[in-house]
Amino acid sequence: MVKVVPPVDNAKVPLTKPVEGVGGKTGLWRTMYKPVVDSSKCTKCFLCEIYCPGVCIVVDPVKGATINYDYCKGCGLCTDVCPVKAISMVPEE
Amino acid sequence: MPMKIALTGNYAVAYAVKLAKPQVIAAYPITPQTPVVEKLSEFVESGELKAQMIRVESEHSALAACLGAALAGARVFTATSSQGLLYMHEIIHWASRVRAPMVMAVVSRTINAPWNIWPDHSDFLDQRDAGWVMAYAMDNQEAFDLTLQAFKISEDPEVYLPVMVGLEGFVLGHTAMPVEIPDEKDVDAWLGERRQPYVVDGSEPIGVGGLTWPEDTEDMFYGIQQAMERAKSAIKRVDAEYGKLFGRSYGGLIQCYRCEDAKYIAVSMGAWSGELMESVNMLRDEGYPIGVARIRFYRPFPHEDLWEVARSARAVFVFDRAISFGSWGQIYADLVAGLLLHTNKLPPVMDIVTGIAGVHVSAEDFYAMIKKLIEKVESGHNIGYFEWVRVRR
Amino acid sequence: MEVYTDNCRAVEGGIMLYEIIFLGRGGQGAVTAANILVQAAIYEDKYGQGSPFFGAERRGAPVAAYARVSDKPILRRGIFSRADAIVVLDHKLIDIGTLKRYIIKPGGALIVNAPQGKGISRELVNAEGRVAVYIVNATRIAEELKLIVAGWPVVNTSMLGALARVLPAVSIDSVARAVKEYFGGRVGELNSEAAVRAYKEATFIGEV
Repeated sequence: MVKVVPPVDNAKVPLTKPVEGVGGKTGLWRTMYKPVVDSSKCTKCFLCEIYCPGVCIVVDPVKGATINYDYCKGCGLCTDVCPVKAISMVPEE
Repeated sequence: MPMKIALTGNYAVAYAVKLAKPQVIAAYPITPQTPVVEKLSEFVESGELKAQMIRVESEHSALAACLGAALAGARVFTATSSQGLLYMHEIIHWASRVRAPMVMAVVSRTINAPWNIWPDHSDFLDQRDAGWVMAYAMDNQEAFDLTLQAFKISEDPEVYLPVMVGLEGFVLGHTAMPVEIPDEKDVDAWLGERRQPYVVDGSEPIGVGGLTWPEDTEDMFYGIQQAMERAKSAIKRVDAEYGKLFGRSYGGLIQCYRCEDAKYIAVSMGAWSGELMESVNMLRDEGYPIGVARIRFYRPFPHEDLWEVARSARAVFVFDRAISFGSWGQIYADLVAGLLLHTNKLPPVMDIVTGIAGVHVSAEDFYAMIKKLIEKVESGHNIGYFEWVRVRR
Repeated sequence: MEVYTDNCRAVEGGIMLYEIIFLGRGGQGAVTAANILVQAAIYEDKYGQGSPFFGAERRGAPVAAYARVSDKPILRRGIFSRADAIVVLDHKLIDIGTLKRYIIKPGGALIVNAPQGKGISRELVNAEGRVAVYIVNATRIAEELKLIVAGWPVVNTSMLGALARVLPAVSIDSVARAVKEYFGGRVGELNSEAAVRAYKEATFIGEV
């Protein structure tokens, strides 16, 4: 069996655990446009969730895609991969 | 009851590993190391050792598999030689820098090319900057004892570093010698359960060794250096308690042979220290006051212990069985730098690089080399600092 | 005139050290013989080393194995070409000149697996002084005991028995015990018997 015992000097070890927003609210990076989902067109295919580099789109099998604008950088990749053009970039105020 | 049996150096390592009861062994065959893991796979097949034997497609993968298993909480072991060790090199650094306790046997073989299977220290010493505790055996009994002790040192919270145990291929690896094996229950009680600084057990997502800012990275490396310093006392402590329990203590990071009243000190590491000691006996018979300081642990480098032995010497002769091309032997470089921490008036320290690529250096060869050097010193001549002696017969 | 290996160089200075070379063919068990000899030395609280030739070997090719026996821990390492005793597992190795590549120290011994009546020519032996020659028919002993592996008679264990006759460093009892332990079971007993038979049958045929 293994026993976890910290090093005597509590030396730093290179461990990382995933937490939300470790790089800050990247939603602030959006400059002009934000993606908006037309849920009437969404087929719940999950492609946008898979492709989103910011991991800020979640697809619900019933309700479809929702975007977390706190972390959406506005890169527009989701509009490109959506096969039914359910996501479009719209100007922000 | 402890038993004494004839074992090759490779088998001695395998028997020690069996007693340490690793859960995972991963290895790739290479001459002259192969019999180590062959024997271990026999133990696994017969059920004497309950371990997962992972056959991999390369040494890089062998150590990577060991690293993953170690981080997940398993006691692990691997062994390799020469080119295989070089192929592992990237993961060797990974293992120490993520502070993963583990043990590897390095059955020394000259680095190729040209193709060569005979032993020098080039493969082992090539790993000197990798953050592993590095031990080197002189005979098969010591290869056994060091391998077992390596697990204890590696898993000590004062240390938490991987440990490699070196032994010369063929000269020890393929040569049978008497080896005393302690009782399993005594070893179990002494070694105890595996300890490590953290476990990646799958209970939560965790990243190991991800992108880290320069300052934090430097702090982690500083921690390795601190651990190396503490390893010196941990090694001595383990050596002493092992001696008390199993009857064999070697004196810590170095072993001194006839050093008490010695005016000349020969420094060496590994199997050929035997021939060197025999030559010292021959020289002592003729009245030359010489002793041997044998390096058992190369990292951490035992400069304090070597200074104690060398401080009143008229001259120090270092026998290096590897060379850093363009400079000199690695042990020589470490020794001179280490002694200069203690004094600004060094006695003459001469480096003799010899036995390279597995060339056999006999007791008579050592005798002739040392006698010539002592006579030079005694007659007031400069002995220089470096010579590559190519023994031919 | 039984013991000839008592005045070798290594004995000087009060340290007993015997160096033995086994010559055979790859697969005849020369290395195993050397390793078993170490175990026999352990039974007598002595020290030993057993090595193969450091390099590549293959079945049928002439091979050498090396052993040292001492009453003190052995400091010297590695293989050697001068020996106190040479054990030849296949006498044809003498005829083709393999034996001549190794030196027998003065007062040393040569022990050959050969049929009775086989003579050893001085020209085929590289000796520094007088050398005692013994022969024993290990092949016949193996055939009688049905010690055959992969078509070859097992002669290494017999030759160890014959060596015990000549070498004062280990007794035949220790050799027989080491052989028995090494193989274990019925095979161990047969090999052990082969060693004892060869010990008794080894014949001194003169000096070269």
